[in-house]
Amino acid sequence: MAQKNNNNRIDGEQLLTLAPQLLELLKGVHQVELENFSMDIGNLELFIPTNSLTSGLSPAAAEPVRIKPTELLPESYVPVSIDYPGRVREVTLGATRAEGGTRCRTITLGGATAPAYPDRIHLPVHPPTIALDVFDMEVALPKVLLENVREVMHDPAEWARMNVKKFGADMVTVHLMSTDPLFRNATPAAAAKTVEEVLQAVDVPLIIGGCGDPKKDAEVFSHIAEMAEGERLLLNSVTLDMAEAKTLERVATAADKYGHAVLAFTGLELNSAKELNRRLYQYIAPENIVMDLTTVALGYGLEYSFSIHERARFAALMGDTELAHPVISASTNAWAAREAWMQMAPGYGPRELRGPIWETINALSLLLAGIDIYMMMHPAAVLTLKDVIRRLGPDPGEDMTDRIDDWVSVRL
Amino acid sequence: MSAGHAMEKPRKKSIKEISPIDVYKLLPKTNCRECRESNCMAYATRVVNGELTLADCPPLFSGKYDEAYSKLADLLAPPVKQVTFGPEGHTLALGGKYVLQRHEFTYHNPSPVAIDVHDLMPEQELKDRVLQIERFTYNYIGRKLVLDAIAIRSCSRDPAIFRTAVRNVAAVCHIPIILCALDPTVMEAGLAEIRTCRPLIYAATKDNWKQMADLALQYRCPLSVYAPDDLSLLRSLVKTLREYGLTDLVLDPGTRGENGLAETISNFTAIRTRACKEYDELFGYPLLGVPLTVWTGGEISEDVLKWREAITASMLLSRYADLLIMHSLDGWVLLPQLIWRFNLYTDPRKPVSVETGVRVFGKPDRNSPVLITTNYALTYFTVESDIKTANLDCYLVVADTGGLSVESAVAGRNFSAESITSALKEFNVRDMIDHGTLIIPGLAARLSGETEEATGWKILVGPKDSSGIPQFIRDRWPVDS
Repeated sequence: MAQKNNNNRIDGEQLLTLAPQLLELLKGVHQVELENFSMDIGNLELFIPTNSLTSGLSPAAAEPVRIKPTELLPESYVPVSIDYPGRVREVTLGATRAEGGTRCRTITLGGATAPAYPDRIHLPVHPPTIALDVFDMEVALPKVLLENVREVMHDPAEWARMNVKKFGADMVTVHLMSTDPLFRNATPAAAAKTVEEVLQAVDVPLIIGGCGDPKKDAEVFSHIAEMAEGERLLLNSVTLDMAEAKTLERVATAADKYGHAVLAFTGLELNSAKELNRRLYQYIAPENIVMDLTTVALGYGLEYSFSIHERARFAALMGDTELAHPVISASTNAWAAREAWMQMAPGYGPRELRGPIWETINALSLLLAGIDIYMMMHPAAVLTLKDVIRRLGPDPGEDMTDRIDDWVSVRL
Repeated sequence: MSAGHAMEKPRKKSIKEISPIDVYKLLPKTNCRECRESNCMAYATRVVNGELTLADCPPLFSGKYDEAYSKLADLLAPPVKQVTFGPEGHTLALGGKYVLQRHEFTYHNPSPVAIDVHDLMPEQELKDRVLQIERFTYNYIGRKLVLDAIAIRSCSRDPAIFRTAVRNVAAVCHIPIILCALDPTVMEAGLAEIRTCRPLIYAATKDNWKQMADLALQYRCPLSVYAPDDLSLLRSLVKTLREYGLTDLVLDPGTRGENGLAETISNFTAIRTRACKEYDELFGYPLLGVPLTVWTGGEISEDVLKWREAITASMLLSRYADLLIMHSLDGWVLLPQLIWRFNLYTDPRKPVSVETGVRVFGKPDRNSPVLITTNYALTYFTVESDIKTANLDCYLVVADTGGLSVESAVAGRNFSAESITSALKEFNVRDMIDHGTLIIPGLAARLSGETEEATGWKILVGPKDSSGIPQFIRDRWPVDS
């Protein structure tokens, strides 16, 4: 098949048909550089193990005499949907003026009564939500991500506004990196000021990200919780490190007192997740806890994240209430994979496409494992995820008359 | 399967319910060690863990144990049948799944990815594309990821033209072939050309099933069953074909990557759930996903179609596809599929880890740099390859992080000041060098202070990605004392 060069830009009408703005968002990509692709294998080897437990030659068995059917034998299919005893809790983020906050709307997560997308009956009670990242200081971002946000990098409020207006963010995450004692060690008051500015700039619910230091985060979160009383922020995150540093009680109590939710972060270990939740229940209602079970990049252990989410969801549905919380995925982490950001041999395509597809596939894989809310960054990944979430949701109203029947003979 | 049917037959044991004793009871119990295990019980244990197969026990095939073999085969039969295709020595196995979700046991037979060619392509273009498919490769944690098969489609609907294309592909290609033509006359022309290659036939439909079944029996090939968006028809076809005498089937319920995506995901999920949870035999076959169908939608930009194909393929890999047919040959489309497939099919019971210890690169002396990383295989092989490429002389400490990457291990506290301290002690690293300086990964930067305190070593924070190690060493080594 001839490789066509896509030097021509794609016209707007086509984009709207499939994924509006997608190509625009993938800007900078003009062609796939196949001409220089060097191939370096001599002989092809297959790495597909054929180790089914019963593989191998079976002793010869006599072929029974059979009467071959001449007509299709009728057989019906009745969809079976499985009901589970458990249910994932609902957590509501953001508060309107009537509810004591200043947001234009609230967003409710969770409520699942089944594994993710098991059939067309158990649809998500609330469609998964997407929060876009904002950092309060200059951070080292891969070039492909940087290009979209370079102009607003010095202004978290402007950055937040662009995330909502231009990229369709349901929510915004403000990462208060500057508070890190190892970097700028910004004060809780300075951090609170940034949050205040973002609250003014956008009217969607917010996630507030700390620096990872259990003592500093506790100070910062407690301060912001009080400053933004009633806004139902999601404080990202509370950890077992905080329990060890004896700061967990302070943060959780402040969140409870001033009407916010917390994100309970653990590292790919369900027993830790349960332990952290048990500690949190002493200070804050379970309806205010979202879990982060850790999202690892595709190629760097995404399968661990995938399986831990499948396990957590199944356990919750079987009645383990300590795991019956909505879950978040920081799919921006996909960019940790070098395949996402590095220049590679031309045969592997330009990073302007490789990067966003990496984040997209990272997020989509976990969508099928039950994610309720995402933290993401590349606009094309966000757009695609929203498109898929809509398609998998209740009655997407799609025309299914287009024929796939004879894909075999379609000339491409 | 109806409830009545289910009651006639005692429910099959799931792989998790089968104990080594269940298997041991049916073995020859001679402890002959032909399987290289110390005794029959040890072999039985590895069989129920999915690590050895009945083929590893030669006495079962001697003719003396036929009854026991057939009981064992029944006992251990996966709810999703394993189907193979391709020429001898290059066969691909599909399906053979024991569980719905990988964490329940482990998945077997990583889903092959086939790329299409068609019979109206000029001969040279066809051959070039076949070579491009065969040569596509990516080195991932020391493993070569490759494409597995070629799907030859008949666009001409002409037997002679199809036959020529099949001949041209077979002349240059060594990997398994899927023949795609819905007209049995065309299919037969293709089959006749490669009768010893055991291709997968695509496909039997409600209109052609009888002729396709005859061809599959005549040429002893597995047969795909295609019933787009109609699971009743799919069951009806499978039931009929089984009665007809076919045993090796592959199911295609239709792939819709755009409109109808929800139905596709739902159909794949329903089929696999019924097979694994209810041992439904009509659905107990490998599933074929065809992300290529996104290309049939008409005139849209190629990059958007490729994008759509990439996300459809990845979702179907997650949702139980045992074989994929794709069209894009672009690295950015295929790389995430091949990596995600590799990941999904690793054994979730064992972390992908390498041995801990100190690795020596080049000819380090007492002033050479000491780096530390985790024992997650990908992390290790990535760091190793970056160090080797740059011909660095250095020591690399591999710490036990339970097989987790730096990022996860720092988050989960598997990589911490304490674990670094104990790795340095355990491997006597201080005795190898004079300087007492350790380079830690950039992603573990936040550990530097506490690690300096805990170890008494000077800590240097290295680059976030190991591709930056050579530059880092050039700029920062040796360290001023």
